[in-house]
Amino acid sequence: MITLNHYLLLSAMLFCIGLYGALAKKNAIAILISIELMLNAVNINLVAFTKYLTPGVFTGQIFAIFVIVVAACEVAIGLAIIVAIYRNRTTTIVENLDWLKW
Amino acid sequence: MDINFSLLIPEFIVVGFAFLVLIISLLVPEIQKKGLGYVSIFGLLFTLISLYLMMNVQDSLLQGMYIVDPFATFIKMLIVLSSIMVLLLGTEYVYRLINEYYSEFCFLVLFATLGMMALVSAGDFITLYVALELMTITFIVLVGFWTRNTKSSEAAIKYILLSALSSAVLLYGLTLIYGVTGTTLINDVVGTIGKSFDNSILLVGLVFLISGFGFKVSAVPFHMWTPDVYEGAPTPVTALLSVASKGAALAVFFRVFLKGLAGISTLWIPILITITVLTIMLGNFVAIPQKNIKRLLAFSGVAQAGYILLGLVAFTTFGVASSLFYLALYVFSNLGAFGVVIAFSQAGGGDQISDYNGLWKRSPLLAAVMLICLLSLAGIPPLVGFVGKFHLFRAVMEQGYVWLVFVALGMSMVSVYYYLLVAKAMYLKNPKTNDAVKVPIGMQITLLATMVITIFLGLYQTPLINLTISVAETFF
Repeated sequence: MITLNHYLLLSAMLFCIGLYGALAKKNAIAILISIELMLNAVNINLVAFTKYLTPGVFTGQIFAIFVIVVAACEVAIGLAIIVAIYRNRTTTIVENLDWLKW
Repeated sequence: MDINFSLLIPEFIVVGFAFLVLIISLLVPEIQKKGLGYVSIFGLLFTLISLYLMMNVQDSLLQGMYIVDPFATFIKMLIVLSSIMVLLLGTEYVYRLINEYYSEFCFLVLFATLGMMALVSAGDFITLYVALELMTITFIVLVGFWTRNTKSSEAAIKYILLSALSSAVLLYGLTLIYGVTGTTLINDVVGTIGKSFDNSILLVGLVFLISGFGFKVSAVPFHMWTPDVYEGAPTPVTALLSVASKGAALAVFFRVFLKGLAGISTLWIPILITITVLTIMLGNFVAIPQKNIKRLLAFSGVAQAGYILLGLVAFTTFGVASSLFYLALYVFSNLGAFGVVIAFSQAGGGDQISDYNGLWKRSPLLAAVMLICLLSLAGIPPLVGFVGKFHLFRAVMEQGYVWLVFVALGMSMVSVYYYLLVAKAMYLKNPKTNDAVKVPIGMQITLLATMVITIFLGLYQTPLINLTISVAETFF
């Protein structure tokens, strides 16, 4: 029997993997992918809470759809900026982007 | 379900003008685009008037998903006012240096204003998230839209990676709170949260929420993006980012914690005190060795955010009112300082503090405005910054946090040192050249206005204080 706890555990694991990736990866695109993992963990949380805690009220599901849409916008902007910076600097490794002191 | 659309009139005006500017910019020839900035200012003035007329409205839309109350209207007026001043100060700069994307600047500022206004009014977590992202994504584009300048792109990539990370963390916190309470409405959260008080999930959610909001208001330890993004972004965008975006994020911070999570204030006040103390101390100390004026103002902005958070620590009507008062004066003083940076760099000057050597010989107006605004931020008596700090400290003192007041007071003295370093460069050192700095007449008037307001509010602040107290009463 799969309970709410299983979903929450899965989501927490996914969130931690995403957070680790976002902090440890060097490539800007890999960081964006890791952030997507974190947002998907959020979506699992939302849908699981809706199913088990408030069945019949779809607030969480709708929230998840909003999260998906906004995440897509964010990635679009992110990739555009990565392209812009690659044209100037021919690198997407974040460690090399040190013209402004970190 | 009937919706009272009249509550949304200010937002509709902003959207209308944003799309108007967007469409006009595609139709008119390149040479006539200069007027788009004035169209945007015109639209924002309309918005300001409609907000002023709605000052006493207390209502909500869609069962509380969108709240219009005096608190929201007050912050919205500050946001619109700062957008107007940034457009007045910045159009010349953008037109000269980033001419190819001038019209984009105009309508993106309008969309950012819309995002901030919606954020301030957000009554539930979905509205909050969408408005926050509308604001953030627009600002990311604005930070990076000077594509010829690689610093600008670098600032944008740092901003998007860190802000996407922070909104993921914020969202995780929001979902945990949703899981505990079963609702996304901020006003309903307060009712359900008391029943499950000793819930560890709630505490985790709270920490995530504080770190997400802390990023947006650039509180230490989530401030790392601030100096880099402020330095790399085009200066008018930096000005808007430091004033309006911080104000909107602080407003939603206040709303969520004072309305939604008021029942568990014993849990979050200790966390908040730690963050506030760290923010004030680190912001002021790290500002001392800065050589770049934009980085210095970035760290001073970090410290100022810490002072504003003192009002939330006090957790009383008077504390919130003093925070609002401080936010209002921060808008004028900080925009004045950034206005000088904009005017100076558009006239060909650099962003290093040593470039400001002997500025008073080259442009007495710029030097005077900079001096008055920095002294006001430092809290020197006849100016408004002193009054703001005095009320904040009094509010915190009344709640018994005497040591906190001493820390804040000591750090405030530290801040005088680095603000005076700039003043020293401007007044005591000799300039490299004696050429006068040319400042367009519109900018001169705006800079004078910020200076006059900073002095005037310091001498006669009673109406604004009464207004902020009546606004803060919406929470208690």
